[in-house]
Amino acid sequence: MSLSPHKPDSPNALIGRSVARPNAKRLLAGRGRYVTDIQLPRMLHAAFVRSPYAHANIVSIDTSCAATMRGVCLVATGEDLAKLCKPWVGTLDHFAGMKSPPQLPLAVGKVVWAGQAVVAVVAGTRAQAEDAIEHVAIEFEELEPVIDIDAARAIDATLINPDLGSNVAFHAKIESGNVEDAFRDAAAVIEKAYLFGRHTAVTLEPRAIIADYDPTEERLTVHHSTQTPYQFQDLYSRHYGLREARVRVVAPDVGGSFGMKLHVYHEDMAVVGLSIMSGRPVKFVADRIESFVSDIHARDHRIKARIAVEADGIIRGMDVDDVTAVGPFSTYPRTSVVEGNQVVRLIGAPYRFRNYRANLDVVFQNKVQTSQYRAVGHPIAFAVTEALVDSAARKLGIDPFEMRRRNIVTQDMYPYTSPTGYKFERLSHEACLDKLHALMDYPRLRREQAEFRRRGIHRGIGIAMFVEITNPSPAFYGVGGARISAQDGAVVKVTPSGEVHCLISVGEHGQGTETIVGQIIAEQLGIPMDAVRVFTGDTDITPHGGANWACRGAGIGGETALQAGRALKRNLLAVAAIILQARLEDLDMRDGEVVDAATGIPRISLAEIARICYFRSDTLPRDVTPQLSVAHHYSPKGYPFAFTNGVQACHVEVDVETGFVKILKVWVVEDCGRIINPMLVEEQVRGGVVQGLGAAFFEECLYSDNGQLRNGSLADYLVPMAGEMPDIEIAHVETPTLDTELGAKGCGEAGTAAASAAAMNAVNDAIAPLGVSVSQIPMTPQRLLRVLGYA
Amino acid sequence: MSVLASVSITVNGQVVQALVEPRTSLADFLRNDLGLTGTHLGCEMGVCGACLVLLEDRAVHACLMYAVQAHGLGVETIEGLSERRAIADLQQAFHERNALQCGFCTPGVLVTAYELLSNGACPSRAEIRDALSGNYCRCTGYEAIVDAIGQVARGRAKVPNTPAGCKIGSDTDETVS
Repeated sequence: MSLSPHKPDSPNALIGRSVARPNAKRLLAGRGRYVTDIQLPRMLHAAFVRSPYAHANIVSIDTSCAATMRGVCLVATGEDLAKLCKPWVGTLDHFAGMKSPPQLPLAVGKVVWAGQAVVAVVAGTRAQAEDAIEHVAIEFEELEPVIDIDAARAIDATLINPDLGSNVAFHAKIESGNVEDAFRDAAAVIEKAYLFGRHTAVTLEPRAIIADYDPTEERLTVHHSTQTPYQFQDLYSRHYGLREARVRVVAPDVGGSFGMKLHVYHEDMAVVGLSIMSGRPVKFVADRIESFVSDIHARDHRIKARIAVEADGIIRGMDVDDVTAVGPFSTYPRTSVVEGNQVVRLIGAPYRFRNYRANLDVVFQNKVQTSQYRAVGHPIAFAVTEALVDSAARKLGIDPFEMRRRNIVTQDMYPYTSPTGYKFERLSHEACLDKLHALMDYPRLRREQAEFRRRGIHRGIGIAMFVEITNPSPAFYGVGGARISAQDGAVVKVTPSGEVHCLISVGEHGQGTETIVGQIIAEQLGIPMDAVRVFTGDTDITPHGGANWACRGAGIGGETALQAGRALKRNLLAVAAIILQARLEDLDMRDGEVVDAATGIPRISLAEIARICYFRSDTLPRDVTPQLSVAHHYSPKGYPFAFTNGVQACHVEVDVETGFVKILKVWVVEDCGRIINPMLVEEQVRGGVVQGLGAAFFEECLYSDNGQLRNGSLADYLVPMAGEMPDIEIAHVETPTLDTELGAKGCGEAGTAAASAAAMNAVNDAIAPLGVSVSQIPMTPQRLLRVLGYA
Repeated sequence: MSVLASVSITVNGQVVQALVEPRTSLADFLRNDLGLTGTHLGCEMGVCGACLVLLEDRAVHACLMYAVQAHGLGVETIEGLSERRAIADLQQAFHERNALQCGFCTPGVLVTAYELLSNGACPSRAEIRDALSGNYCRCTGYEAIVDAIGQVARGRAKVPNTPAGCKIGSDTDETVS
């Protein structure tokens, strides 16, 4: 399975091998330890009274009855928590002109979405807390809710945040080349509006948090189902005025995250305050309806776009207008404008045209906040790009593969800067297209399609190219003033028996971080994988780092591990050279031994070195103090991002009488640079594809005209299940980044980045003979029937 | 709510006697009272399958039952199945094939797989996918789970590991017939 050119047969080689995850065994035995599982002594449980209205003033709150109920220890309002918690504002400096109002844990004065937490009840059990919230009396005065994108921007629109003067959070414009000329002389112009519904992460483990404040030491310990414990250590410390070194955030096993578990949520901030108020551990686990109404949603874009092409299919330019609605404020601390920003900067990215114009408007509305979720912006950017490219190809009678080959950025053009300013070190579009063509046996599928069409069966083939932002430098958040690290740190230490601990700041949520870190460390030190134990996710023991977002675990965390491992190896060889009276450069480490580098003959075991250093340091020269623990940090310094690329294909069969689509198969060719563990990469891609297919066919947060979420349960909100999902065939191209020694880029979002684009192209390919097309996802049967003229 | 009910339930082979609130779900009882946290809660409405346990050797949603309803019956959880090595081959296949990521759905998936294969069945890929229709997994995309269950089915049936061996083929009709 390994495709790695990284000398997989060399001694110690583990990078490039499909090693199974050691830490998966306890999850398989039901021995996982998620925050939801943790019970602390004297722990209390929080439940929240939530707003039934999307937009309303709070006239009065009466908690007196609830406070006297059985088991209730504390009832807190927005005003109570505002006395403890400094407000937060979800803006960043590098998004010039963006606006957002201050936020607090619980609503004060007014509510701005249906589901917003207004009052917290803390009791001995969750059931008791839920009993008591029924007895909190809140009088609301309804306000006009702002639900629609156009209504939000109307001149006489109700203002969600009157102090900001409008419902527009952010506006941006990109202009490159000469778009007017490009369109004026074009052989063909395709113009279309595309709609992308709201969907959400639906992690199977909901958000969960236990805050435990010890007033005697002014010490806060938070067990948190999160991707970014260090970010939350900083936030809890600053917003509650606690000493940072006394705030510990622990992320134990995390039951799915996908970008959803790194934002500030009002309930989570409240729980910290509730623990400070009560002096006891307080736990909050969102139930499923609470997750639907309070987890971030994503997408919700309306895009008008056009493409200009020459008669031979060469793209002359694109012109894009994106309006996206984000909720009543911008999310903290990463904002709600990153998705829109990435949409308009990624559109057209695989292609070499230079005339590009984009307009972005980000508007507030009275729905739950939106923010970064897996593949931020990519699915929308590539759905639009690839739909336009396919439409142009169809109009010109050019095969979709050929159309793309004529327009991609080619090998002779790197390093290449896109019209939107993204810098590509080296991508592999040609190789990926060729590989996909062969992998899916494209000519055979086209022959079959023609045969099926003669029998009235509508099969479609869609392909979609993508590039993906990975390995982000401080250009992503740090430059905007966010205290979100782009570097990572590791401590690697030898135990007295010659085994190794690695404490590293990137985290594990099932993607396999601990496994690849173990592979990398073991390979550097020439020890077996099972001699390395990797620790993650505890700000008291692991060095400060960025943890997990924007596909940085393998590329940045992996490089951190590699450099830390090599530093420890140098230290070990230095002391070995002294013990053996040999020259350091003549020694190497293999199979747990220091060996003669030239012959491989063992000279001294790692265990023996450790024994001497730890227990018989008296036998070493006076001036030698061996360093068997190494702390090492790494931050990306080269390109601002390591872009990856790939291409997906989707094969579907559309029942034109019912609107149902059967997804027959998906193929993905992706290039994430050096592959550390092929099996884990492929499973990341598969999982990502299925999330993209969910968005393409099933998932949408549906709101009523007055801002009520209508489908906030797993029975009503459709997620992809095993029966509807296809097998997904994956192949790789490896273009390592030269910015690091490891050469790895990210892969976690590649699947999601273009799955819905390929799916939409496939459906449109299937129904093209009927002279219709779809430009909205999810492509529900009802919507397809409407397109087909039946509804 | 203060009236407690007395229950006696055989949990993982051991008789457990307890006083519970009548409204306590079987899932909450297992998790909170007995510390059997391998049974997870994902939707609390019987849709996601994270809470599946065996009641008298049949898969049931522990979130949809009250603990009092299990009185006098036998319940087996992922911990019990693991400890009596009833699913060791499934666990090994899942491990080797990486048929789990975050692991939150995994105990429920294993209960489904245990039941699916319990009668010596050797299901096709489509049948495995159908059997998993009540197990929501957000991480894997399901393919690895289907692979792992199929491999164990063939192993138990001593059928060669080939697509022809056990009706295990492609889900999709890709060829023109």
